[in-house]
Amino acid sequence: MQKKWHFRMTPVRAVLLCLSLLAVVLAVYRLVFGLGSATNLNDRWPWGLWIGFDVLTGVALAGGGYSTCLLVHVLRINKFKPIVRSAMLTSLIGYLLVMGGLFLDIGRWFNFWAPFVSWGYHSVLFEVFWCVSIYTLIQTLEFGEIATEKVGRSWHGFFKKIMPVLFIVGIVLPTLHQSSLGSLYVIEVGKLYPLWWSMLLPLFFLMSSFFVGPAMVVVETTLAGKAHGHQVETSVLQSLVKVSGSVMLVYLILKIADLFYRHKAGLVLAGNFEGYMFLLEMLAGIIIPLIICFTPGLRSTKGGLLAFSLLVVAGVIINRMNVVFTGMSRYMGGSYFPSFIEWAVSIGLISAGVLAYLFIVENFNILSEEPRVKEIAH
Amino acid sequence: MAKSVLVDITKCVGCGSCAVACKLWNSLKWDQSKPVNGEKAETSAENWTVVRLHQVPKEREKVWRFTKQQCLHCEEPACASACFARAIVKTEQGPVIYRASLCVGCRYCMLACPFEIPKYEWDKVFPQVHKCQMCPERIENGESPACVAACPTGALKYGERSLLLQEARRCLSSNSNYIKHIYGEKEAGGTSWLYISDTDFAALGFRTGVTSRPLPDYTYSILKLTPAVALGWGAVLTGLYAYNRRRKEIAGETKEKKREKR
Ligand code: SF4
Ligand code: SF4
Repeated sequence: MQKKWHFRMTPVRAVLLCLSLLAVVLAVYRLVFGLGSATNLNDRWPWGLWIGFDVLTGVALAGGGYSTCLLVHVLRINKFKPIVRSAMLTSLIGYLLVMGGLFLDIGRWFNFWAPFVSWGYHSVLFEVFWCVSIYTLIQTLEFGEIATEKVGRSWHGFFKKIMPVLFIVGIVLPTLHQSSLGSLYVIEVGKLYPLWWSMLLPLFFLMSSFFVGPAMVVVETTLAGKAHGHQVETSVLQSLVKVSGSVMLVYLILKIADLFYRHKAGLVLAGNFEGYMFLLEMLAGIIIPLIICFTPGLRSTKGGLLAFSLLVVAGVIINRMNVVFTGMSRYMGGSYFPSFIEWAVSIGLISAGVLAYLFIVENFNILSEEPRVKEIAH
Repeated sequence: MAKSVLVDITKCVGCGSCAVACKLWNSLKWDQSKPVNGEKAETSAENWTVVRLHQVPKEREKVWRFTKQQCLHCEEPACASACFARAIVKTEQGPVIYRASLCVGCRYCMLACPFEIPKYEWDKVFPQVHKCQMCPERIENGESPACVAACPTGALKYGERSLLLQEARRCLSSNSNYIKHIYGEKEAGGTSWLYISDTDFAALGFRTGVTSRPLPDYTYSILKLTPAVALGWGAVLTGLYAYNRRRKEIAGETKEKKREKR
């Protein structure tokens, strides 16, 4: 394997680079001048875009790592092998971004270590914090196996050996914190609009993070197919989408049952903003994708697969936004709209993630499972 | 042991002495644009307590009532249960206090509080969460909180929670003027500050319909599943991993054997 590093500059990448650099500058500004001057957060809206999108949504979208890891490394479904590395890489990058976003959002960042020594173990956030930190570490170690194919080769054997443990811990931890992110809002009893508040929130968050995983993988592979000429067979993606669809079906049934059980089903058609947003979330993010998934004619086409995936991803984003904003606004009152800095930093973080992904894909052996040099289209 | 304050809204004349005493005792900044009493009074990082003026209906007329607002020092505080750094804790004597040295600034406490009490110093580089501390040093010395000591009308009464509850019940049963509800007796599982009133609590800006189940219960009922889920799921995964690996190995062996035979 050649040891040269390469990174091809294209206009798109230049734009991404600028966006990332801008975000770095603004992030420094925020750390130096405080949250109040950088964001539009206020006493009524103490959590905004950075927590809602960068963290809550980011963690869910980065969930593709653990679901594919489960399918490939534990259940050993070999046909998913071609996508496993890329899925786990995206997940790692996603988590690093989440950690970045989280760090920017905490008001007293010099104290970030406090929960490591002062254990507020009765807090859901404590579980989230520990699990996300350790999981990010585990994912970094998992990446060690790939990295040592190119650098520090003498370590390769070591990483190979510890992989099974990493895989298992690396599935248990996300199971815990994906659901804990939902539990965070369980304490909003009587505040979060009843269409979303439920004791099952943790389960809903967990399931949705699971079924959005394959969707993210399809989106990625489609993009990677364009950029790197890496083609994954449609049949593989189809099976993946079917896994996702089955979980979604259970999710939908649970959601409906839960609404009836809590006698809140009527709210869906109440004709208010919350009702419409809920309908949008369910129709666009769950029901239409389910139809695509279980209609073989639709599922077998590239367009169908992509449509399914984009809708599921959008659905999960809408869901998280509904929990954080739509569902809370009636109680919280006041107003919040992210400031320019909040937007720019969020966008910049994503841009940096894309660049990191591209760089790693072009320099490490990600897109093919076999450790051989893959010629990259220049 | 747990100390409490009983607020009799019918006795409050809205003088604002309590709010002034709070500012002085806790050395909080004054801000003309953020009054501590009147119609526009709102708690904030520098206003730990305010006396809010309300015009409310009573027996076909409109009357003025004043509500002192501050942290209610819940018996089982949601804010403390939400804090992952133990920066907020409930002391044995009742006050729910904040320890800035441990605070990370995640603001989850603000979201968790059922009464929207914790406020943030948005204008600071390293902001702290601010709210009434119930003067823990004074209580330790056997004194009442600064606001209670300053009240000229006896609208605020300080003492043992159980005794104050008894007294509140006595008031409600002996005087038909009062609404038959002690705010804080059951709200959020019970609070250290208790209120009695002769007008509807909702009209006075109190959050009504608060669950009487302590909020930490909700999350705890889920959190306590964590170890079981972690261990159980871990065991299942390990089992599956071992099983599937063995199966693949056997499959590999049989393939080889077949090849050998050929
Ligand atoms: S009123 Fe709010 S801030 Fe005060 S103790 Fe209760 S939960 Fe905490
Ligand atoms: S903001 Fe501070 S006090 Fe509040 S929950 Fe977070 S760490 Fe605890």
